[in-house]
Amino acid sequence: MAGEVPNLEASKLTALVVDDNFVNQSVHHKLLDRLGIKNDVVSNGQEAVDVHCSGRNYDLILMDMDMPIMNGIQATRRLREMGIESKIAGVTTRAEEEEVKEFMEAGLNDFQEKPLTISKLVSILHNLELYVQT
Amino acid sequence: MGKCMQGFLDEQFMELEELQDDVNPNFVEEVATLYFKDSARLINSIDQALERGSFDFNRLDNYMHQFKGSSSSIGASKVKTECTMFREYCRVGNAEGCLRTFQQVKKEHATLRKKLEHYFQASQ
Repeated sequence: MAGEVPNLEASKLTALVVDDNFVNQSVHHKLLDRLGIKNDVVSNGQEAVDVHCSGRNYDLILMDMDMPIMNGIQATRRLREMGIESKIAGVTTRAEEEEVKEFMEAGLNDFQEKPLTISKLVSILHNLELYVQT
Repeated sequence: MGKCMQGFLDEQFMELEELQDDVNPNFVEEVATLYFKDSARLINSIDQALERGSFDFNRLDNYMHQFKGSSSSIGASKVKTECTMFREYCRVGNAEGCLRTFQQVKKEHATLRKKLEHYFQASQ
């Protein structure tokens, strides 16, 4: 890992990991933990919608694209229709231009290709103005 | 990461090692365990689909997309390469290529499993 890892615990940022893959859930959860960002994990888009319907809210949502029941594109659209203004970053292995375009148009604020790393996550936070690098 | 792992694992594995700390001293081994559990399930699904002789290339590609994703997240570079080859054969509808490449996927997967078992035993 190049450079120092920022500690964002004091910022009290919260995040939601939305991914059906257990390996990715574990890694993304730990990456956010390492940055001091409290986070929850759900396994598909429907669960992401449900958790918001229950009243939870997050500063950042890391949204996978391919998931069963409700995929990332559908979930992003649905969350935006619900008026959820959280920053949503699409995180996926699919990087074909048209697929990224469709995902962005669903309502993403940013996009990163998997696998996620600390520096990619810091880049997301910086792009979404949730963290200012000094 | 030891020399024996070079070529089999890429910098993503080192990222995971950097995440290991006092709170989760066995983080990498835990992630590896999740990976092998998940990949065993996918290998089984693909095996069954191929044994049936049903070359639903879309379905096979979906399974392999998941497998490749997991492999990428743990840094399993050789497994990932073989997954990519398999998906190429799915894309062009080449059944023989799929069968042949899948044997390579399983071989690299088994090799990685053995190497990681030794690696974690040695680091205890």
